[in-house]
Amino acid sequence: MPDEWVTKESGHMSLQGEWTLAHYSDLKGALDRQGNISSADSISLNGLKRLDTAGAALIVELIGVDKAKQVAEWASELPKEQQALLVRIAEAMDTPLDIQHQTPHRITDALASIGQSMAGVWSQQRQLLAFVGLVLATLLPLLLRPHRWRFTATVAHIQQSGLNAVPIVALLTFMVGAVVAFLGATVLADFGATVYTIDLVAFSFLREFGVLLAAILLAGRTASAFTAQLGAMKSNEEIDALQAQGLDPIELLVLPRVIAMLISLPLLAFVGMISGLVGGAMVSTLSLDISLTQFMTTLQKDVSVTHFLVGLSKAPVFAFVIAVIGCLEGFKVSGSAQSVGSHTTSSVVQSIFMVILIDALAALFFMEMGW
Amino acid sequence: MTKTHDQSQHDEQPVISVKGLVNRFGAHVVHEGLDLTLRRGEILGIVGGSGTGKSVLLRSIVGLKRPNEGTIEVLGTRLNDLSEEERSQVERRFGVLFQRGALFSSLNLQENIALPLIEHAKLSREDAEYIARIKLSLVGLPAKAALQFPESLSGGMVKRAALARALALDPDILFLDEPTAGLDPIGAAAFDHLLVTLRDALGFSVFLVTHDLDTLYAACDRVAVLSQKRVLVTDTIEKVAKTDDQWVQDYFNGPRGRAAQTAATSSSTTADLKE
Repeated sequence: MPDEWVTKESGHMSLQGEWTLAHYSDLKGALDRQGNISSADSISLNGLKRLDTAGAALIVELIGVDKAKQVAEWASELPKEQQALLVRIAEAMDTPLDIQHQTPHRITDALASIGQSMAGVWSQQRQLLAFVGLVLATLLPLLLRPHRWRFTATVAHIQQSGLNAVPIVALLTFMVGAVVAFLGATVLADFGATVYTIDLVAFSFLREFGVLLAAILLAGRTASAFTAQLGAMKSNEEIDALQAQGLDPIELLVLPRVIAMLISLPLLAFVGMISGLVGGAMVSTLSLDISLTQFMTTLQKDVSVTHFLVGLSKAPVFAFVIAVIGCLEGFKVSGSAQSVGSHTTSSVVQSIFMVILIDALAALFFMEMGW
Repeated sequence: MTKTHDQSQHDEQPVISVKGLVNRFGAHVVHEGLDLTLRRGEILGIVGGSGTGKSVLLRSIVGLKRPNEGTIEVLGTRLNDLSEEERSQVERRFGVLFQRGALFSSLNLQENIALPLIEHAKLSREDAEYIARIKLSLVGLPAKAALQFPESLSGGMVKRAALARALALDPDILFLDEPTAGLDPIGAAAFDHLLVTLRDALGFSVFLVTHDLDTLYAACDRVAVLSQKRVLVTDTIEKVAKTDDQWVQDYFNGPRGRAAQTAATSSSTTADLKE
């Protein structure tokens, strides 16, 4: 079979078959092989069985927009619908369809994007400081006016971010406690000092791991929830609606969350410390031949309450930072659902980063102070 | 897709025929014994009060919700009897415009439209994007809009772009869910006009869910009224407006209904005068 789509004989071209999307590449290939027709050539569309927009676009491209618009004059035998289709497509193709892609300039683009992200980090930190100031400025006057405290909202948030997180915090710190005990036993056994495993677990959990693990979990669990809640409200214009009614979104939405975190995180840090110790104790008694009594006595004798206080003193700071970052990122959401997603990610990354940074600085400080 | 053969034979067979459809959500019954037919090449408007299940009906027909009972025949085949593969073949002949456009936010407009062309019609990216730009021009969007992302578009442009995507594969049936909701009157009228011209040129059938009385008068060949869990009446709008039912009377002969009617008749008389 020669060519079923396009045939050309002495300046007369005829198109036949199904000129539809399904055959687009074949049709295009057939046209390429036959080459262009000059305007003098006649063309017949009698053989067309079916025609859709893709096929019509090819025909219009072949014969030119002007000729296609006058299809009624030279192809009156074509069904009315197909004529209408050709005319409509010709009208649509009567505008320049090629678009200019901007050629990327690699080096300057790279420099620009570095500069952009540096400026982004800078403005993010400034916004965070400004927001901390705003929250504190709203919080302090409110402390003197108990009738405006929002107990219901605060308690609801304590339940969501504190109470509901107890199982996961307890389980996680329990397992890390067990791991630390195993690690300690492995290293200390070489010195015949296995019994110091108890001190290792106690020091690390009271000073660092209890509060740090709880804070990192809440950064993942609660900061993201705050961002998503406030972000959904922002994109639904609820926050604008509050402001338009003369209500303060900081007081209504942010403070209950911040206060809930300030209450929840120290409690969760305490839960973390205890269950870390329990994990350590379990490993000690079950596989290190240290009795539970010995564990408890050593704990009482060797570990002073200062370590517990040092650990717990960091909890409110972490709580404040996590809550503020979560809420701020929520307020930064603009419009689309995509924006809620990207700000939620950003709030988790930022709050974990800040928690670890503050923890490192605090460790330096406490070491210098000799606490 | 324009078919020239067996035109009369096709006219008799409806493109969609719904029989005895029942849809429930828990104890809440949305449809009970609903019958509906969509004829080839017509624009059928679906109206009904809020919560009468217009969108649920659309979702049942396009296969996004499995009906509890009843049969839905589309283009001569029962969708529920088909395997996944066959079903996908039929669904390629649908074009759906969702209420809020549902453009893919991570793709620009020409990529949005090129996606089904690349996935289903196996075109090269270059060809697909070229056809995508023709479709954009077909629905009246400028060529430079092709590189824009959905979030930077106005409501009217989103509706037009979504229509272009619905038309990407030259569907036999176009489903539109409130296409003129949220458009200003000028944009809405332009959309009605666009729909009718495209239907005349491309020859698809349209299932149009709407609240917009002007659209009903300007674009629809027939109107189906959803009420009391079924289709109360399906006919031309003049006849539907005369139905003896409280809701229908309030809808079509209320102040807004009458305004739309007057607008429609006056515009048609001016059109007659011009001719």
